[in-house]
Amino acid sequence: MSASQTAVLQSPPVMKITPPGNWWKIPIGELWEYQELIYFFVWRDIKVRYKQTLVGAAWAILQPFLTMLIFSIFFGALAHIPSQGLPYPIFYYSALLPWMYFAASVQSATNTIVENQRVITKVYFPRLALPISSVLSGLVDFGVSFLMFVAMMAYYHVRPTPALLWMPVFLLMAVATALGIGLWLSALNAIYRDVRYVVPFLVQFWLFASPVAYPSSLVPAKWKSLYSLNPMTGVIEGFRWSLTGKGNPPGRLVLISAGVVLFVLIAGLGYFQRMETTIADVV
Amino acid sequence: MSGSDHTVIGVHALGKRYRVGERERYLALRDLFARAALAPFRSTKKTRGDYLWALRDISLEIRQGEVVGLIGRNGAGKSTLLKILARITRPTTGFAEVSGRVGSLLEVGTGFHPELTGRENVYLSGAILGMQKAEIARKFDEIVAFAEVDRFLDTPLKHYSSGMQMRLAFAVAAHLEPEILLVDEVLAVGDLRFQKKCLGKMGDVAKAGRTIIFVSHQMNQIRRLCERVYWLDGGQIRESGPTAEVVGAYEVAMSSGDLLENTDRAASKGRFVRWEIADLSSGSPHLLNTLGPVTVRFVLELKRPIHNGHHGVALRGMDNQLIWAWATSELELEMGSHEFRYTFPMLPVRPGPYRWHVSLYDDGKLIDALECLPEMIVATENYQHSRDEWNGVLNVPCRFEVLEGVRVE
Repeated sequence: MSASQTAVLQSPPVMKITPPGNWWKIPIGELWEYQELIYFFVWRDIKVRYKQTLVGAAWAILQPFLTMLIFSIFFGALAHIPSQGLPYPIFYYSALLPWMYFAASVQSATNTIVENQRVITKVYFPRLALPISSVLSGLVDFGVSFLMFVAMMAYYHVRPTPALLWMPVFLLMAVATALGIGLWLSALNAIYRDVRYVVPFLVQFWLFASPVAYPSSLVPAKWKSLYSLNPMTGVIEGFRWSLTGKGNPPGRLVLISAGVVLFVLIAGLGYFQRMETTIADVV
Repeated sequence: MSGSDHTVIGVHALGKRYRVGERERYLALRDLFARAALAPFRSTKKTRGDYLWALRDISLEIRQGEVVGLIGRNGAGKSTLLKILARITRPTTGFAEVSGRVGSLLEVGTGFHPELTGRENVYLSGAILGMQKAEIARKFDEIVAFAEVDRFLDTPLKHYSSGMQMRLAFAVAAHLEPEILLVDEVLAVGDLRFQKKCLGKMGDVAKAGRTIIFVSHQMNQIRRLCERVYWLDGGQIRESGPTAEVVGAYEVAMSSGDLLENTDRAASKGRFVRWEIADLSSGSPHLLNTLGPVTVRFVLELKRPIHNGHHGVALRGMDNQLIWAWATSELELEMGSHEFRYTFPMLPVRPGPYRWHVSLYDDGKLIDALECLPEMIVATENYQHSRDEWNGVLNVPCRFEVLEGVRVE
């Protein structure tokens, strides 16, 4: 008997395959085992995304930059929306950073199950790896577009303040929000194929329900609580504050948003896990 | 090589139910709305509809190091069983216990992306199939050499020929080293030489003590690779046991039935209605398991007499290769049933399915021509070269002698 055979005999990890159940168990340990696969999915997403485009990674800058220009011209120069004393480009770009990340991640997560259906029906891996990869690969674009922001800060002489140290927290919140929403939408899209057509509208609607084009101070006080139920409210206000140091730290708003994020994420994980057991049968 | 006593796969009363149509049509949101509108108080889970049991009450045990085949018609449940063991889909009832790392090879080129280069795809596909990055890096050169694509490593996959893509995909798969390998039909594609190379590699894997479950429609592959076979039919195990027995029984069942019925033929002046092997030593009238004398008979029914008949017979292999043919003329036949009998001292053709063709003409006009079904299954002992590429058309025992001290004239 060879060495490898004995090794198998010694400690066979028995895997029990059973009918669906226990969907509330999140396979954290298993995801950890599959971290290399998540890395490969992220790597593939990025490679493929930029291989097929003309200007490659420049898209990551062009998209928020052009949107920033349009917002600065129409909402800023023409509509005179208050900008907390910030130059309009900085005001908008600092909000577009997390927003663009969120919008792109949610859209890519929505499609990930359907786009990877061939792999899903042919090999096992924790399906959670797919939406997680979608959300992580968006971070690369975020990083690239963040460099642009650094250049803009220098151009407009906006100095970073200690509030910048909070940025990772808000970034984490943005990732959690994108993942939470992405989990729901990717599972729903696997079952109801028209979800993907709804998502662009949803994202557009969401953009105006979030303080991207305007500061949240514009929202009447009696609507504030309802408004902060939108998790992106806290994320965007927080980003703007931590990047520019202007305005008050958005304490209560962020706390409510964080609570909502946590709820959406946990519910999304549960829903996704429940759907996971049937996904290979329906895609 | 046979397995050890250690059970690595235990399947207990496993069942899998699909809703009919579930796989055919995607749901749209409007279905949800329609359902909600039609039955506002009914839970959406309890949708009426028919269910189909793809698997029902399957129990089996596979020991370490065994190479087990799953055979059966399309829709028999082979692939579903494999998918459950691969954890791609979940069972509806029962459970399975699997010990060891499972690799599944249900498709060629799982995870390949056309925009990425050959090199990138080796890593991507390897990772998706369950290899660690370091493991892929270590085997990379071997994989590339196996695939014979080294010159195109940095070319995007979309510029590869389909043959090259296939070879690369196989090369990755062939270097998987799971303790349990599940293989579905993938060897049905690719050129013959490369197929053999892959089968060889799989044989090596089996010899290394790994367990393989192999689904195929190609009985020669099953015969070559598997020691034991489960025959699935209608989602249940119909028969299991040593490969030769079960595959033989399967082939007989597949070919049972009668000659093709055809309304045009029924209206004609005469027709062949049946063929069989006359001496029933094999237990089936269409199974040939002897290299001794064989009598084959064709039953003919005539609605009118034949005065100047011409009759032909031919035996063809499954690739339609002509094995043997013969014809006779100036036949005079009465109305009614007849039997054409052919007696051969032996039919030394290599094991596999064959088809008889018979025809009858009168005064140069066709009365009936028939490709006989079921096929004749030849399941005799194999007297050929041990390597497949040297298996010929003939299957004859021979005597080999070395004579010493022969004087050269």
